[in-house]
Amino acid sequence: MLRIEGLTAEIDGKEILKGIDLEVPTGEVHAIMGPNGSGKSTLSYVLSGREGYEVTGGSATLDGVDILAMEPEERAAAGLFLAFQYPVELPGVGNVTFLRTALNAIRKGRGESELDAMQFLKLARERMKALSMPEDMLKRGVNVGFSGGEKKRNEILQMALLQPSMAILDETDSGLDIDALKIVSDGVNAMRGPNFSALVITHYQRLLDYIVPDRVHVLMQGRIVKSGGPELAQELEAQGYGAVQNAA
Amino acid sequence: MTAPVPTGAAGFLARYEGLKDHLPGARKPWLNTLRADAAVHFAARGFPTRRVEQWKYTDLAPVAQAHFAEPLTMVEGALALPVPNAAHRAVFVDGRFRPDLSALEGLPFRAVGLAQHLNDAETFLGSLAKPESEPLAALNTMLFEDGLFIDVPDGVDGGLLELVSITVDPGRPFAFHPRHLFRLGAGASLTLIETATGRGQCLHNPVFEIDVAEGATLTHGRMLQEEATVFHLSTIYATIAGGGTYDNFTVAAGPRLTRNEIHAALTGPKAACHMNGAQMAADGQHVDTTTALDHAAPDCASRQTYKTVLAGRARGVFQGKILVRREAQKTDGYQMNQALLLSEDAEIDSKPQLEIYADDVKCSHGATVGALDADSLFYLRARGIPESQAKAMLVEAFLHEAVETVSDETLRGALTRALDAWWSRQGQAA
Ligand SMILES: Nc1ncnc2c1ncn2[C@@H]1O[C@H](COP(=O)(O)OP(=O)(O)OP(=O)(O)O)[C@@H](O)[C@H]1O
Ligand SMILES: [Mg+2]
Repeated sequence: MLRIEGLTAEIDGKEILKGIDLEVPTGEVHAIMGPNGSGKSTLSYVLSGREGYEVTGGSATLDGVDILAMEPEERAAAGLFLAFQYPVELPGVGNVTFLRTALNAIRKGRGESELDAMQFLKLARERMKALSMPEDMLKRGVNVGFSGGEKKRNEILQMALLQPSMAILDETDSGLDIDALKIVSDGVNAMRGPNFSALVITHYQRLLDYIVPDRVHVLMQGRIVKSGGPELAQELEAQGYGAVQNAA
Repeated sequence: MTAPVPTGAAGFLARYEGLKDHLPGARKPWLNTLRADAAVHFAARGFPTRRVEQWKYTDLAPVAQAHFAEPLTMVEGALALPVPNAAHRAVFVDGRFRPDLSALEGLPFRAVGLAQHLNDAETFLGSLAKPESEPLAALNTMLFEDGLFIDVPDGVDGGLLELVSITVDPGRPFAFHPRHLFRLGAGASLTLIETATGRGQCLHNPVFEIDVAEGATLTHGRMLQEEATVFHLSTIYATIAGGGTYDNFTVAAGPRLTRNEIHAALTGPKAACHMNGAQMAADGQHVDTTTALDHAAPDCASRQTYKTVLAGRARGVFQGKILVRREAQKTDGYQMNQALLLSEDAEIDSKPQLEIYADDVKCSHGATVGALDADSLFYLRARGIPESQAKAMLVEAFLHEAVETVSDETLRGALTRALDAWWSRQGQAA
């Protein structure tokens, strides 16, 4: 279970997160919606340990363990995964090497044996097939020359391989065509179960038709201003954020 | 009181005076003249100081102030020769050709030790090197003893040959100045893989004269991997005739000071020159790549991509001059120089220089300097990859990109291993 309490954080002395309270119980999928610049990506970066953010107050724990004190790789080993809003291109780093190094690092952290090249390829091919990804994407540099949608699918492939217990998906639906949206959603839904939780950041209710959330939260100006069931997404779609703000 | 041992230029000039009647070819008047002229040039200029433009960023004072003796005449004991990359290899120990360690039988061309074949070198030796403008070439001409002499006849595919230079530590500083001569006839081709390894406090000062005739192709891979006690100052002079190609790829990673200086002239239409490389240095080391490309004929292409990785308080230099003469219309020149600084104390000096006298040319150059990309590092770490391993992956990626353009697989493999060896040594040191 992810528990965030009173979390405040700033960038270059500018406060972006102004006291976030949020709980995602194990096994649940929650959605976060909110206007541009409200702090959604900032929250996901602070949780995953990107440099440049100063946590000025509050706490965040994953299954009772304080993650804010950990290095990014330790958080990943603890089960946290961030699907980036803007996946990074790594020219010269082969996708296979990257995926296998990551998987083996995580497996090592879990006390599992490392996979050799053959075992890994077999697993990767299986997962890629499920995501309708062409195999030649394995041979290329990480995200290099990938289309926007391909990059997002590569994020989901990484999630499918690393099997995190808590995934944050930051606008994974943006840039996806209709078929890809369905495929990616199936990929996420396939992971759902009693040991998996997710925080799905999106601007569009359409994604939540495929990945039906247990709860929806509205983040505005660095605070969760409203929470509700899946119907809240429809409400927002119909009325916009203005109505929420006025009510809050 | 004993007289002080002369150091620097004076020391080498004294050595030349003492040795000149004993150096290889001492009874050949043409060679005596060549050496005597070189001695005059070297006496006039000495070791270049930083006041000389081409040496502004590289300080030779540690070389000039040291006292270097001759290498031992006989080297005993086991030599740690590098693992072979090719069936044929020419091995030099402390600059001297060692037929007993070499494997040259069955080559479709002549590859011999220069000292024993000076008669055949008369017209070629000294035809490209410029002792009057480069003091290190003067020093080499004055004192060279041996080198590899390659002559690939017209139309012959010479295949793959390895040139290995190894030094043995005699327990005192010494200097050697090999002179390598490569001549490729019209339409000939050769891939040469050169490795310089070894230890000891030494100055390795090779000069290459390389003549690529019409339509010939020489691929010249170099791995300068001596230990951090070695000064490696190499000067290459290459001339490439119409339709010919000289392809140089140099990995410089190891010596205390490395100067990789290349002068290449494109003298006939549609000649091509590729000069690429990766140079790496750690704390206290200095790497310098200096190229001078002379576009002297129309329709020629030149490509240069150099990568530099510096750790600790290392210093790096890239100087690249491209001269496009009036007659060199339709020149296509490209130069790129990228540096990765792994510490805040590392420094690179970079100086591109374009001199263009023709009006219809395409010439571009660029340079980047930076630390490891923070976003890339975070992306890897967010996937569970520990910081040190993530850094290693990014440095390797940066370096491997440089060798991607090398088409010969054996050479690419050897170069990649040289890069990785440096990086893994870094990891152990850190
Ligand atoms: N490095 C930075 N320096 C200064 N301000 C920043 C920096 N990074 C983000 N911000 C600011 O923080 C605020 C929150 O940005 P964030 O990326 O978290 O928004 P978001 O909710 O993810 O928006 P979007 O829906 O557009 O992705 C914005 O006002 C943004 O301009
Ligand atoms: Mg965002």
